[in-house]
Amino acid sequence: MNRLSAENVTLAYEQRVIARELSVEIPDNSFTVIVGPNACGKSTLLRALSRMLRPSEGRVLLDGQVIHSLPAKKVARTLGLLPQSSVAPDGITVADLVARGRYPHQGLLRQWSPSDERVVQESMERTGVAELADRYVDELSGGQRQRVWIAMALAQETPLLLLDEPTTYLDIQHQLDVLDLCAELHEEHGRTLVAVLHDLNHAARYATHLVALRGGEVVAQGAPRDVVTAELVERVFGIRCQVIEDPETGTPLVVPAARKARATTP
Amino acid sequence: MFVDTPSKQRVAESPAGPARQRRRSAVKAVGLLAALALLVLVATASIAVGAKPLTMGQVWHGLFADTGTYGDVVVGERLSRTVLGLLAGAALGLSGAVLQALTRNPLADPGLLGINAGASAAVVTAITFFGVTSIGGYVWFAFAGAMLVGALVWFLGGSRGATPVRLALAGMAIAAALQGYLQAMMILDEAALGRMRFWTVGSLSSASWSSIGQVLPFMVTGTFLALALARPLNAMEMGDDTARALGAHLNRTRALSMLAATLLCGAATAACGPIVFVGLMVPHVVRSFTGPDLRWILPYATVLSPVLLLGADVIGRVVVRPSELQVGVVTAVIGGPLFIFLVRRRRTAQL
Amino acid sequence: MTTPKTTRQPVLRIGGRLSLRIRVRSVAVVLLLAVVALASAVVLIGTGDFPISFADVLSVLLGSGHPADELIVRELRLPRVLVGLLVGGAFGLAGALFQAVSRNPLGSPDILGLGQGATAGALTMIVLFSGSATAVTAGALVGGLVTGTAIYVLAWKRGVHGYRLVLVGIGVSAVMTAVNSYLITKADMVDAARAVVWMTGSLNGRDWTQVWPLLALCAVLVPLALANERGLRMTEMGDDASYALGVRVERLRLVLLACAVLLASAATAAAGPVAFVALTAPQLARRLTRSPGPNLVPSMVMGAALLIVADVLSQRAFGSDQLPVGVVTGALGGVYLLWLLVTERKAGRV
Repeated sequence: MNRLSAENVTLAYEQRVIARELSVEIPDNSFTVIVGPNACGKSTLLRALSRMLRPSEGRVLLDGQVIHSLPAKKVARTLGLLPQSSVAPDGITVADLVARGRYPHQGLLRQWSPSDERVVQESMERTGVAELADRYVDELSGGQRQRVWIAMALAQETPLLLLDEPTTYLDIQHQLDVLDLCAELHEEHGRTLVAVLHDLNHAARYATHLVALRGGEVVAQGAPRDVVTAELVERVFGIRCQVIEDPETGTPLVVPAARKARATTP
Repeated sequence: MFVDTPSKQRVAESPAGPARQRRRSAVKAVGLLAALALLVLVATASIAVGAKPLTMGQVWHGLFADTGTYGDVVVGERLSRTVLGLLAGAALGLSGAVLQALTRNPLADPGLLGINAGASAAVVTAITFFGVTSIGGYVWFAFAGAMLVGALVWFLGGSRGATPVRLALAGMAIAAALQGYLQAMMILDEAALGRMRFWTVGSLSSASWSSIGQVLPFMVTGTFLALALARPLNAMEMGDDTARALGAHLNRTRALSMLAATLLCGAATAACGPIVFVGLMVPHVVRSFTGPDLRWILPYATVLSPVLLLGADVIGRVVVRPSELQVGVVTAVIGGPLFIFLVRRRRTAQL
Repeated sequence: MTTPKTTRQPVLRIGGRLSLRIRVRSVAVVLLLAVVALASAVVLIGTGDFPISFADVLSVLLGSGHPADELIVRELRLPRVLVGLLVGGAFGLAGALFQAVSRNPLGSPDILGLGQGATAGALTMIVLFSGSATAVTAGALVGGLVTGTAIYVLAWKRGVHGYRLVLVGIGVSAVMTAVNSYLITKADMVDAARAVVWMTGSLNGRDWTQVWPLLALCAVLVPLALANERGLRMTEMGDDASYALGVRVERLRLVLLACAVLLASAATAAAGPVAFVALTAPQLARRLTRSPGPNLVPSMVMGAALLIVADVLSQRAFGSDQLPVGVVTGALGGVYLLWLLVTERKAGRV
């Protein structure tokens, strides 16, 4: 039994149904990446897994219990989320923002314990923002800011961490930085990571477990080596391609067919 | 971010060809005629309904064969009120439509943007410090106040990247500040209180031919200016960059639109006091069946806003007979729920 | 007390269980404002047709003054000043809560229509029933609570979005304003003048019967609001981020909005909708403490200080009981607001 799973969930915003009867298991200690074309419901699935969205049917289970019935702070000590859009409060410093990740571990009378102190410092060091501690978040570059938010999620000290498109709006170097960091967290600390990514090649390179969605349905899931095939990419994304071996890592690498070849796609 | 986008629908329909386009235009033209007919109907009702109800025959007699009977006198009195309602309604609706297009904000309204409050503050100043007592005297002050606040809200709300909430809040905040001034004046000067409390509620009951004569030139100028701006405003609705790419003169159009809106709204407010929500409601209703083309929205708003204002006035005369409910109260009571409905209807993603 | 390296903020730790964060600057601001408020309160007690010196007021308050002074202070001026402090504090706190929940620096009870709603209740009592002061207070309280509930319910659509809350409030406020204007036209001249004074907000003639209920309400609501401040601070980061950290966002909002509505309604019932205190106090407090977050305590103390200082100004500038305090706060607020909008515009916020 895995710690986090969705059972037959139907996900909808008001009347608009995004996914019906969807079931997904997140393998423990995996780096799971959810991929799929725009509007396939991948962010919606992540929102359901992180209890941001209540399924209209079915249930999301965390450690065998329905996630929505658990106390909010208890869930927050087990499962962290890096949402797509977060707002840094005006005039907040990096250290203060990261410190807010300690909220679920604190209380009215226990506002700042020595362990809070230690974890915040470690999180900032791990993400390479320790030297920015006194800077204002507003002044940082996009890449730095994203690392600060990840540091905040780390400070939450959760065995499970969900990330919604953590690489969007970053240049290639910072994208790789963020993904390397995720891989490190997964390998060295045995955390379970779940991320939504746009770039299929990034997903294939970093993920240990891949979930491919299309139109609110799971088309395939498993190790990238087994899942990423030319046939699947065409089925999920509707493009013709070759899948070759990544010369650097040996993972699958998707190379879209040339324009003329794709134009003849039936 | 907060703009109605029925334009997608238009783009999708455009390949249907010019024939279909012409047919749609014809339908809209017929609709406009029907709206005019409705206006005549409501205007007639506005003459017939009141403390002394008149028959259609009496109305006709008073209008076209005035022989000085009691009925004819009543018609004469109600006629000036109806004409003022027509003019003020058209002015409010048109200025609302222009402001909404200008700010790309479906919630813009002279009342919500504080322009009415500017006019009120200026009028109370006129009464208290300059001893002005006639509507003719108010007009200039109301204008000055409306202009000043219009410019201020526009500046503070952020002329570029103006979000609805910024503009609405800037307007509300200025209105609230002016309200304090208004109250201080009314506390210190009993005469001002006596006059202002009837003026601020927004009413057509003080209509007279002389006051109509005074505001008429401004309303006419404003109306023509507004109608002439339909085309450049259409371009502006697609965003500054697109409008510039299409060859629109942004600053000129903005300045002229603000001028037109202020002329119209200032004149209407000077004559009847601040009336909220007419300028908000009508352009919205109109937009739902004309689509986003201002060349249709503006004429429709001009015709249908007086229908609403006169209709509200008639309702106000009927519901608490023999006393009457001021038209400003009736429009607010109808308009408030509609405003809230519009706010609720929008999806969170757009907010 | 230790000062950690990361956040550079002293922490008070007692044993392993208790640890409190202390913002030195905020504490200093609160103390300073409290001193200003209390000193102004003493000046205000001494101000009036029968002036009493600062020292004499202090000795009466400490229980050793002249019997004549004692009567004036105890029975007339002290309750008025206490109402001022409580009302100012309640408005400041309510304003800070509203602004934090709506995430908008201009979201305050007067702009969201609570003031207008309470006014409608009060005017109904004044105009339609020529009611007593108690009836007017009750009417205002009911009006404020009903309006607050209505705004919450109307803005609720799978949660209360800050933006929707503000816009719905503006709509409600416009309707209430029309209703109020109508009620004033229905009044005779005496009632109309009374209504306008009430609508402006005034401390004139307030006595102990206003102090006790207000004090009791504050004693319950202030701790409740402060206990939820940490959660409220989290919501600055957006609903998702704060929910992910274990904040029950909707419940928190409901509790805090209820607190804010009750505080604002009670304060309005006691002194009328004093313009701008709720709007400006949190913003000024925030600029003084230079600390992000709702700044609830500084806002509350700032509100009390603002109202009392404004009342001293209006009493000294216009003579005792001539112009209600709301006129002064309105003027101060107007200037402040212009400044706020201009600077925020430059910073690209609001």
